[in-house]
Amino acid sequence: MNLTELKFGQKAIIESVTDEALSLKLFEMGLLPGETIMLENVAPFGDPIAVLLSESKICLRLKDAASVQIKPIN
Amino acid sequence: MEKEITVALVGNPNCGKTSLFNALTGLNHKVSNFAGTTVEKKTGETRLSAGVKAQIIDLPGTYSLYPKSADELVTYEILRNKAESNYPDLVIFIADASNLKRNLLLYSQVADLGVPIILCLNMMDVAERKGIRYDLKLLEKELGVPIFSINARKQEGIDNIKSALLNDKLRLTAQYYNLDHVNAQMLDEVCKATDKRNKYAALQFAINASSLLSEKAHRIIQIFEKYSFDTRKFQEEEILARYQIIDGTVRNARLKNTGQLKNSLTHKIDEILTHRYWGIAIFLVLLLLVFQAMFSWSSYPMDFVEYIFGLLSNYIETQMPKGILNDLLVQGILAGLSGVMIFLPQIIILFLFIAILEDIGYMARVGFMMDRIMRPFGMNGKSIVPLISGMACAVPSIMASRNIENKKERLITILVTPLMSCSARLPVYTLLIGMLIPDTAKWGPFNVHGLVLMVMYLIGFAAAILSDWIFKFFIKQKQKNYFIMELPSYKMPVFSNLMITLYEKTGAFVWGAGKIIVAVSVVLWVLASTGPQDNIAKVERKFLPTISNDTLPKYIREEAKLQMNAQKLEASYAGEFGKMIEPTIRPLGFDWKIGIALLTSLAAREVFVGTMSTIYSVNDEGGEETFSNIKTKMQAEINSQTGKPSYSLATILSLMIFYAFALQCMSTIAVVKKETHSNKWPIIQFLYMTVLAYASSFFVFTIFS
Repeated sequence: MNLTELKFGQKAIIESVTDEALSLKLFEMGLLPGETIMLENVAPFGDPIAVLLSESKICLRLKDAASVQIKPIN
Repeated sequence: MEKEITVALVGNPNCGKTSLFNALTGLNHKVSNFAGTTVEKKTGETRLSAGVKAQIIDLPGTYSLYPKSADELVTYEILRNKAESNYPDLVIFIADASNLKRNLLLYSQVADLGVPIILCLNMMDVAERKGIRYDLKLLEKELGVPIFSINARKQEGIDNIKSALLNDKLRLTAQYYNLDHVNAQMLDEVCKATDKRNKYAALQFAINASSLLSEKAHRIIQIFEKYSFDTRKFQEEEILARYQIIDGTVRNARLKNTGQLKNSLTHKIDEILTHRYWGIAIFLVLLLLVFQAMFSWSSYPMDFVEYIFGLLSNYIETQMPKGILNDLLVQGILAGLSGVMIFLPQIIILFLFIAILEDIGYMARVGFMMDRIMRPFGMNGKSIVPLISGMACAVPSIMASRNIENKKERLITILVTPLMSCSARLPVYTLLIGMLIPDTAKWGPFNVHGLVLMVMYLIGFAAAILSDWIFKFFIKQKQKNYFIMELPSYKMPVFSNLMITLYEKTGAFVWGAGKIIVAVSVVLWVLASTGPQDNIAKVERKFLPTISNDTLPKYIREEAKLQMNAQKLEASYAGEFGKMIEPTIRPLGFDWKIGIALLTSLAAREVFVGTMSTIYSVNDEGGEETFSNIKTKMQAEINSQTGKPSYSLATILSLMIFYAFALQCMSTIAVVKKETHSNKWPIIQFLYMTVLAYASSFFVFTIFS
């Protein structure tokens, strides 16, 4: 599943970033495979979203979040 | 002989770099350009010991040495060239201890360039609150670099850094990422092509050169092609490998970790401030509060400034010998200066609020909330920061657009930012609104002035958004656009940081505006008190018999004096100029006096008020009311042709709209030229804004008259 399908409070492990043009930027910002991720806020109009990583909080658009593949933790 | 060392501050955005810079240098700093370039640098001095000074350079925050935006490029440019005079003797790397892994990614890249480096861990308190603690001795050993724990916002640990800067033994260099997997022959060729001995520095420079298409790009691309070297894949592997090394180090040195991802206080605040439905409403209420504060808090300080200028001019008028110099100082320069400096309290309040919103971390949230709204107009959530700070001043705001990665979005943001109502328009609006509505008018709990002012700001914002939408179709776009931004944790504002920001910003306004106003006032005063042939003397000859005739009633003599002053101004060079352009501005409802003010305020909008003060004060020659409210004088003026007040509702509204849209600011034009590296964009910007201003004013005047 991808990051846009994550629900509030649900945690997941990042598996990969499929968009090559974005992966470098996301990795530099700390969003990289193996990290835990959680959905924290959704902006007015439902887009962009803010996610919590182990140490920081970043926001990104739904269209870009769709390229982040994740595996939910139960 | 005094020794000076150059020290650069490097770190991620939001790591506390500026706080450390302020703590090290205090007010002892300046913003200038790197010699021969348009790259701006912020430098400050600090004394380390009797014989040693340090020149501290504050570099923009960046996430890596592969720049993706204009501000990241600045940092990269300084660190890449050892031969450059600003190349640091030492780098102080500031890392946010609560976000150590990601901060160490950039640290390891900078260290691998081979520049001597020390590591400062900032925000240890924030880390502790997150349940994270480090064994600093172990971390120091694992990373092989001197580590200092500081709290930049509370100015703790600063002296340790200063003494570390003196200690030559601390100049260690470390190597983290090795390039064994890269073809050695290619590395040799890259080193040769880039003139660098450090292999990582050479390869890193080569990759950037090939993507930025800068110098040597052609040769480097050939080398990469020869060895079929995939730069993107290399960067991805590099980042992941560095994270792996860092992960091991950080894990070993970490003492305590709850290991759990949990919602923090920042999350709770965000739940409210960026709420899906209320978030934007809260933002608008905040803005309204700012405008209310600008009016209700500023009246006493404004009276005070007026009082000071009154005292000063009285003093000069009475103490200095009468004559041309006295007239020039009092009626020219002081009248012009006071007209604008009176608005300093309002400008300070506005600057202060914007500085607070940035310092606590709220501005990033506004970007987060507004991204969806800005997107259809060809902008990005990051554009909101330049737009909002554009309400204070377009110049720093245009520079603040550097963190927008996409070139088209950045250009559009730069082009429309000057439409946001800046503080230089404030004096103009305040004067004009004051002529329409009494100061005391209230609408419910709100001051009507504040409300009208907010409407003017919203008009500016609407014009900016609409222009964006139009530009979107004309500017070609190839680059991928995205909006990926960090939302830093909320912090309490730090008083000393706010004061330094305020000092810098208002200082720039006072000096920048002051210089122009003094120059313009002098020229204007000369033009307004001299005229072609002996026209002015003729006017005087005509009226003097009436004025000096003691047998006439006082009101007739006063009336004659007013008439004389008005006709003298009309007969002056300034009057001639104004009359010359009057035909072009008459459709907007402006007379020749406004024409003079339009001409003089071409360089800076706030000069309008200064010009009006000078014109009406020259008019009021010798009277005691030199500093009496120019508002009252303008209101009282009667148009000699129509017999109605010169400033009708239609004229005032038309004037306000003109000032809302016209690009009357030399500094903005200069900064746009610098930031876009072109003459084309500032010219386009000036033209489109002038056309917009003229057309809108014409429209407004026609409707209301």
